[in-house]
Amino acid sequence: MSATRAAAPPERAATGAPADGRRGSTLLRHLAVAVAVALLVLAASYGLAPFRNFQLATVAAYLCATAGLTVLTGLNGQLSLGHGALMATGAYTVALCQGAFADHGLTGGWLLAVSLVAAILVTVAVGAVVGAAAARLRGPYLAGVTLAVAVVVPALTVTFDGVFNGDQGLSVPVEPPPLALGAYFPYERWQLWIAAAGTLLALVLLANLVRSRYGRTFRAVRDDEVAARLAGIHVARTQVLAFVVSAAGAGLGGALLAVLAQSVSPGAFSLTLSLFLLMAVVIGGLGRLAGALWGAVLLVVLPDLTHSVTELFTVSPAVAQRLEGNLPLAIFGITLVVVMIAAPGGVQGLLSRLGRELLARWPGRRS
Amino acid sequence: MERFVFLTFDGLSRGAVYAAFALALVLIWRAARIVNFAQGAMAVAAAYVAYSVTAATGSYWLGFLAALAAGLLLGAVVDRAVMRFVDHTSPLNPVIVALGLVLLIQAVLGMIYGNEFRPAGTPFDRAALTVGGFAVVSPYDLFVFATVGLMMVALAWIFARTPVGLRMRAAAFAPEVSRLLGVNVGGMLALGWALASGVGALAAMLVIPTELGLHPNAMDLVFVSAFTAAVVGGLDSPPGAVVGGLVVGLVLSYVSGYAGSDLTPLAVLVLLLAVLLVRPGGLFAPVTARRV
Repeated sequence: MSATRAAAPPERAATGAPADGRRGSTLLRHLAVAVAVALLVLAASYGLAPFRNFQLATVAAYLCATAGLTVLTGLNGQLSLGHGALMATGAYTVALCQGAFADHGLTGGWLLAVSLVAAILVTVAVGAVVGAAAARLRGPYLAGVTLAVAVVVPALTVTFDGVFNGDQGLSVPVEPPPLALGAYFPYERWQLWIAAAGTLLALVLLANLVRSRYGRTFRAVRDDEVAARLAGIHVARTQVLAFVVSAAGAGLGGALLAVLAQSVSPGAFSLTLSLFLLMAVVIGGLGRLAGALWGAVLLVVLPDLTHSVTELFTVSPAVAQRLEGNLPLAIFGITLVVVMIAAPGGVQGLLSRLGRELLARWPGRRS
Repeated sequence: MERFVFLTFDGLSRGAVYAAFALALVLIWRAARIVNFAQGAMAVAAAYVAYSVTAATGSYWLGFLAALAAGLLLGAVVDRAVMRFVDHTSPLNPVIVALGLVLLIQAVLGMIYGNEFRPAGTPFDRAALTVGGFAVVSPYDLFVFATVGLMMVALAWIFARTPVGLRMRAAAFAPEVSRLLGVNVGGMLALGWALASGVGALAAMLVIPTELGLHPNAMDLVFVSAFTAAVVGGLDSPPGAVVGGLVVGLVLSYVSGYAGSDLTPLAVLVLLLAVLLVRPGGLFAPVTARRV
């Protein structure tokens, strides 16, 4: 029995060249998609209301984290319930860096980039430590350890409240948009630009990694550890690498969230966030980066949707508050259970199946 | 010295509860090869039932019985309605489904009762009695020891001495053969879930009054501690769970007593990692070749 196996059905392209027969440079293709998406986001940032801009930026931030988790859980078969904690690591690093820059009177747009890179580096270091432990653990044990990480890390902010300021959290001073963009440039648009730029960069790198030799070794380890070892793959090293890559995504996502909210507090990075991330990648479709997008969109849209639904009913404010806080959780929970039982491939799995069936009916196409 | 004695008894009392909760995890692991990550949320749900019954009738004991009944029922329902339909080929699937249940149960509790801490009553005084000048143990601690002890004896008796217990062990050990011999394997599985969930509910009833109070997330850290306890003892071993629970309780009590209660979550994590990295099968695991 192989000890670890991903929830998603094994992909055909587990080893060897991509089986779907795409030609051309992978990097160029991904870059072209990224440029197209960037133009789309740019257009959207002018066409949408400021609040929608902010929501889109939040989607981008979550997307970093869900894409990272997809690489880990979907491609490498390691379950992590601790990604909320890794996001917290990134968020607090950004808060501390930006705070330190502000204290020393340093200003300039490039400082934010420095903070973001610092956040990624710190999260990578933490991820390497957790990943080194995780590489020796399987199945429920791994889930238990990462669950402990998710519960413990937010509590640490209270333990060391001299640095992290306990339950209050820290504020993240962020510079206003550069004056070159005009005096009345909406702040939310600037936030969207920052978040989208960071996320697109991360996604291009991740997409290339998934298609590369490393991506293939990730999948090989997921599908059969023994076979992978026989094929000369260093299993433990591969698992740590997957964890580190995934942690980098989570760190950047957390850092971007902190920049968007301009504050961090332990309440925002509770166990629930980790479960949300897991739910997002499962519903989106394990093992597919595109699935991470569906998950991230759902994370932002569903609470908003339930807010509008509860507004339809006239209930007392106390009841409304209870419903609003908990209805999204309940829906996420039910969806997680139902998707896991009925459609383990998630949204993206359903879509690709639909697409394949349509293509199969297309006359004159061999498939 | 006085402090040490007090912390030891406090740790044993906490440890007894962790042992009970770890035992619930071990029961399900032995019956179904699933670590029930929803155990904490299910136990909190039972504790909320007790809260409602106690509020309606004014009797702690009626609430206590209601929690046990709710725990048993919830366990059977979760098995029959959800876990039975999960694809078990990957160990990730049951874990993910259990986490979905955590979200769902906690959200429903939050919708009904609100996300604030509610005071949970105790049937006995929690102030420690002094024996020979030492503040040693409170009546409530004694109640905890007695309840957990009684429960363990009852479980041991059920599994070792009754026909139902024999069938449950057979169904877990060799499902196919048991089925051929006329054992209702599915029913035994549901019964195992019900028993484990009842034990979890009992543990929640005992531990919640000693913490901040009743809250949908009240058992999160308790779950992590109990998981640690189960891992310390080895997920396959009921006596190991008891010993592991006591060990974890003592360690946490000493850490919070001598180093500050803020550090207890960190201590749990360090203990869990240390045990898993040094002796992944737990302290009581037989030596086995690695399964591949």
